[in-house]
Amino acid sequence: MADKKWPEIWQEVNPGCMVFMPGNTREYHTGSWRAQRPVYDFPKCIKCGLCYILCPEGCISQDEEGYFVADLDYCKGCGICAHECWPGAITMIEEG
Amino acid sequence: MTTRVGMEIAFAAAEAAALCRIDVIAAYPITPNTHIPEHLSDIVADGRLDAEFICVESEHSALSACCGASAVGARVFTATSSQGLLFMGEVMPIVSAMRLPVVMALGNRALSGPISIWNDHSDVMSQRDMGWISLFASNGQEVVDMIIQAFKIAENRDVMLPLNINLDGFQLTHVVEPMLFPDQEEVDKFLPEYQPYASLHPDHVVSMGTLGAPEIFNEVMKAKDTALINSKKVILKIWKEWEEQFGRRYEPIQAYKTDGAQVLLLTMGSMDETAEAAIDELHKRNISAGLLKLKLWRPFPTEELRKAVKGAKVLAVMDRAVSFGGAAAPVGAEIRSALYDEPDRPLIINEIIGLGGRDVTEGDFVQIVEKAARGGKARPKEAYEIYGVRGS
Amino acid sequence: MSIVENFDLYAPRLVDKEEYFAAGHRACQGCGEALAVRLMCKALGKDTVIINATGCMEVVSAVYPTTAWKLPWIHVAFPNSASVGSGVAAGLKVLRRKGKIPDRYIKAVSIGGDGGTVDIGLQALSGAMERGHDLLYVCFDNEAYMNTGIQRSGATPFGASTTTEPAGLDSSGKTAWKKNVPEIMVAHNVPYVATACHSYPLDLMNKVKKARRIKGPTYIHCLSVCPTGWRLSPELSIKAGRLAVETGVFPLYEVVDGKYRITVEMPEKLRPVEDYVKIQGRFRHLAEDEIKAFQERVIQEFNKLLEKVNCLHSWSDLKE
Repeated sequence: MADKKWPEIWQEVNPGCMVFMPGNTREYHTGSWRAQRPVYDFPKCIKCGLCYILCPEGCISQDEEGYFVADLDYCKGCGICAHECWPGAITMIEEG
Repeated sequence: MTTRVGMEIAFAAAEAAALCRIDVIAAYPITPNTHIPEHLSDIVADGRLDAEFICVESEHSALSACCGASAVGARVFTATSSQGLLFMGEVMPIVSAMRLPVVMALGNRALSGPISIWNDHSDVMSQRDMGWISLFASNGQEVVDMIIQAFKIAENRDVMLPLNINLDGFQLTHVVEPMLFPDQEEVDKFLPEYQPYASLHPDHVVSMGTLGAPEIFNEVMKAKDTALINSKKVILKIWKEWEEQFGRRYEPIQAYKTDGAQVLLLTMGSMDETAEAAIDELHKRNISAGLLKLKLWRPFPTEELRKAVKGAKVLAVMDRAVSFGGAAAPVGAEIRSALYDEPDRPLIINEIIGLGGRDVTEGDFVQIVEKAARGGKARPKEAYEIYGVRGS
Repeated sequence: MSIVENFDLYAPRLVDKEEYFAAGHRACQGCGEALAVRLMCKALGKDTVIINATGCMEVVSAVYPTTAWKLPWIHVAFPNSASVGSGVAAGLKVLRRKGKIPDRYIKAVSIGGDGGTVDIGLQALSGAMERGHDLLYVCFDNEAYMNTGIQRSGATPFGASTTTEPAGLDSSGKTAWKKNVPEIMVAHNVPYVATACHSYPLDLMNKVKKARRIKGPTYIHCLSVCPTGWRLSPELSIKAGRLAVETGVFPLYEVVDGKYRITVEMPEKLRPVEDYVKIQGRFRHLAEDEIKAFQERVIQEFNKLLEKVNCLHSWSDLKE
């Protein structure tokens, strides 16, 4: 099923338009949507994880040093993390 | 061991469904099909069937609950009529699109306006294009047989489509007839356990009912249409298996005394048997006539129809619903369309008969055929006629 | 702020790291509902089947051939999340009983927007809750038919401007009060009813966990901020939810067996409703007297809730 070309020919469309690849929306990088992106002042970050909890995309995860960083492939630049980060470790800057 | 029992056909439908070891029933009462879910709930209440009976609060919820249960891999059954069918109408094309093998018994009843509880085919005809397999039963035995066949057909991996069995409201549902019932062992031999193509369970995650963008829509419709068309092969195969195991024969169009017939009558549902009596009477009067009983409505048996009408001069199609303002009544239009390209097609007369429970008699059919025999190949004035209207 | 005070107790590492609602979905930037769904899934875990009504979440998450869902998921139509859910719950029950599926408890969870729950879906919801299926129903309330373009729903708050009841020269937005569906659910004798909001993520997740454990009908009404429809900047989605709670417009409470309890620490005095109204474009047309009327009614409704919290007994205590 992974090697089907899109758009599919009628013989290859899954019956009932069922999708058997859970979470494959990850192939679609919503990061291209954003007009601003988060930048980090890591010395201020207390690694509380609040930004990770409150991100609607769920694209924030911990790097090797334990800091929470957004995956720019999916970050839509909504600014919630920057607004909610109470130590002020995240700022939004204009894209491009 | 097969037993011969006399009972109300609606009860028999329930017994047949119970023999199929259904898992979930979700149905809402509506005259005249109410006895089907009522009797099923009795069977469940007495512990004769291990199933969940959901007393849904509307027909829309009935078909929706059937979707949900079928999607997790349960064998489901429901029953309705007329307005109930329309109320679940929103879900009808979705069930077939999602390839869920829901089986439904339809106690055909007239659509409202004015409200009527009596029999005609306007309810099922309004759902022609919903992508369901549609069978018509002439009598109680066929109801029992078709319900058991239905699960095997619907669940077949090459089909995976919902199916409705049509039995005329009151004319069949409330009539007591003797019927042969296979026993549980015989049904288990014929009908294996349901193995869904996909089901909702965390061990094999799937998303069902996704959105179809324009770039894929034509392809999806083609796939759905092809599935319904190809289901005929499976239906014929299963009917053959049924004949081998139980000795009763089923065909998409069953012919009755059609050898050399000049005028053919085509009926569906309970009026088949009345028409048979009319053909016998016509033969006594030396009129060359025969009967075609249409049992498979969807997928439409074009091939079988063309073969069946070869040699006939006139084909009188008996509809039991009106397609208001249409070029013909539903079945008449379908048949005209199927025969249009045939070089020696018969003249088609389209009569609409028995609306809203109006009695259809042997005499009516005799009159219609005699008129057709007298008329020869002369085209009738109207493309279709509502038969027996006072004042016309 | 209690969420931060208690954060060291509920460190993020205690929350399930699995993203059952994967990124790449097409929700708007800052979508509160997407966040709420993501958090709900974390609280539910993998042994869940989701039944989704037509709406924002269904449309943004499952466009063939992709799906954001890493849980078994089904969408049928708009008004029937609860009835399809009833079928799923009944099907799982009977199949487990007959040994046709593994002998493991799988939870059926029906979700729908305010459209699919409060208005067109109310019949199915009422039927499902009355029949007592083992079904959790979560309503993600963004207070209008957002997916079709911000039309008024029964859950739209008083005074809000929507595209079918807009503010204009002769009109001031919605004239009726928000339909109180949690109360309707309590009247159905549902053993657990709760209101929640994604701005209080741990409260939301705890309520989902609690409801999941109950083997019967349960209902959670989750306020979901919609920056697009409420006309506010996406970064304010969390703040707007917090203000809705702190002003008393959307109190967070739960009803267990008829006993009411407010589940988050409320400010000593409710914040003025104006604080909530002024950050949202959908309320910007409101005149001072209209905000005053809104404020009065909010206080009244909140006091009604406090009466219930203070006076009503748990149903089990009322047996004699």
